[in-house]
Amino acid sequence: MREAKFRALLEAEEKVESTDWMPEEYRQTLIRQIAQHAHSEIIGMQPEGNWISRAPSLRRKAILIAKVQDEAGHGLYLYSAAETLGVNRDQLMELLHSGKQKYSSIFNYPTLSWADMGAIGWLVDGAAITNQVMLKRCSYGPYARAMVKICLEESFHQRQGYEIMLTLCNGSAEQKAMAQDSLDRWWWPSLMMFGPHDSESTHTEQSMEWKIKRVSNDELRQQFVDMTVPQADYLGLQIPDPDLAWNEERGHYDFGPIDWDEFWAVVKGHGPMNRDRIEHKRKAWDDGAWVRQAAAVSSAVAGSA
Amino acid sequence: MNVLGFADDNLILAQRLSEWVAAAPDLELDIAVANIALDHLGVARALLTHFGDLEGKGRTEDDLAMFRSERELTNLLICEQPNGDFGQTIARQLLFDSYQVGLWEKLAGSPDEVLAAVASKALLEARYHWQHSATWTERLGRGTEESNRRMQSGLVALARYVDEMFDEHQDLRRGFDERLTPVLDESRLVLPKDPFPRRGGRRGMHTEHLGHLLAKMQSLARAYPGVQW
Ligand SMILES: [Fe+2]
Ligand SMILES: [Fe+2]
Repeated sequence: MREAKFRALLEAEEKVESTDWMPEEYRQTLIRQIAQHAHSEIIGMQPEGNWISRAPSLRRKAILIAKVQDEAGHGLYLYSAAETLGVNRDQLMELLHSGKQKYSSIFNYPTLSWADMGAIGWLVDGAAITNQVMLKRCSYGPYARAMVKICLEESFHQRQGYEIMLTLCNGSAEQKAMAQDSLDRWWWPSLMMFGPHDSESTHTEQSMEWKIKRVSNDELRQQFVDMTVPQADYLGLQIPDPDLAWNEERGHYDFGPIDWDEFWAVVKGHGPMNRDRIEHKRKAWDDGAWVRQAAAVSSAVAGSA
Repeated sequence: MNVLGFADDNLILAQRLSEWVAAAPDLELDIAVANIALDHLGVARALLTHFGDLEGKGRTEDDLAMFRSERELTNLLICEQPNGDFGQTIARQLLFDSYQVGLWEKLAGSPDEVLAAVASKALLEARYHWQHSATWTERLGRGTEESNRRMQSGLVALARYVDEMFDEHQDLRRGFDERLTPVLDESRLVLPKDPFPRRGGRRGMHTEHLGHLLAKMQSLARAYPGVQW
């Protein structure tokens, strides 16, 4: 009976709300996915935060601070969406810090030049949008609604990142080389953001049936490549893939094989920055414990007064 | 009026505050600190540009921010002091906000119309910053023994940079005390009187901290001079 009502909601393309009955596995899948998404937003603050102090102009510094601040806001919306499923933020933080929940592997790569602020906006926010446009149609209402606002800001980030790349590519030879180096380092990790091939992806089928996920990993990756190649051409940059070619028959770009060994190594914690990201996060959290404790005490006092 | 000095105060304080982004005690504070940093940065940019116009040598905000050395920066010493722990940061912000609210109130009536316009807008922001600092001062002061101790240490560390803020504006001292004292009383904290106040920021005589801040802030701009970003 409850099960049938849940099925009917999905069938009718209506949203499942937190007060509706839902299968326990559906709830757990959503908690895992939304938490992972929230963690990605806040761990993602670090690689870009790394360049705030050194931004080369005050205008760029202001844009970058605002961007990193947006990501913190995305983290907040998403933790709130997860909370509607019966978990709280402190629990989720604990799962992040202990490594029991993951975040997007892309943030386990270091930001080594200013051009990385461009490449991340252009490619990483670009890949995120490709994923998230689909999530606006997710069957779980609170998640879908959080994505609407987030998508708007992500497309803003993407344009800002592309504009950094464009400025570098129109600048000095050194600046253009900086942009190319950055594309070389971020291209493949960006393609990995869409996850394993459909044939290897353990969760895809069930998530598609529940209408949490609406488009498969490989289709999303293809969309991203098709969108990005002309943008790289316009910049006059070379995508680091000798197999990349337009396929007239398919109406899509063909591209070379992804290094799945690298992908799995980073997922399992052996990327260049996995340890640093979690250590930084945990240290900030631990250093702030006395502040949060003081705030809790004083709000308890205010509440009883 | 010392447009460049006011610009530098906001520039250096924004740089310090932005060091908290992605390292604050919780997400709400990451957002709040970023907001406040952005406000100060906005004021700095407007005033640097205005100073460049007044000077008439064609220097832009970035020429002024990225290509002056520590002896040429004219910010108040309190602005360049390291963040320390969150208690020390809040102490610095409360002291500076309590001064800056009065400063903008005064400058909003300046005959320099650009400065007056910047001050009027900055005044609204500064009141909000002060509110944020005062709220956190009370939370930390009245929270736990540890938070009271840390906040009090912050005040002790910064007390010697207070007098300098009033060297050019003795008339702002009273308003400063009126804003500050009730908050400290309410929070079980005191601002000690330091018998050896430090001064000299306006003349480019800084603490050793500023050089490191600038080395970082200016590194990329100076590595590739003359290009667009
Ligand atoms: Fe985001
Ligand atoms: Fe973003």
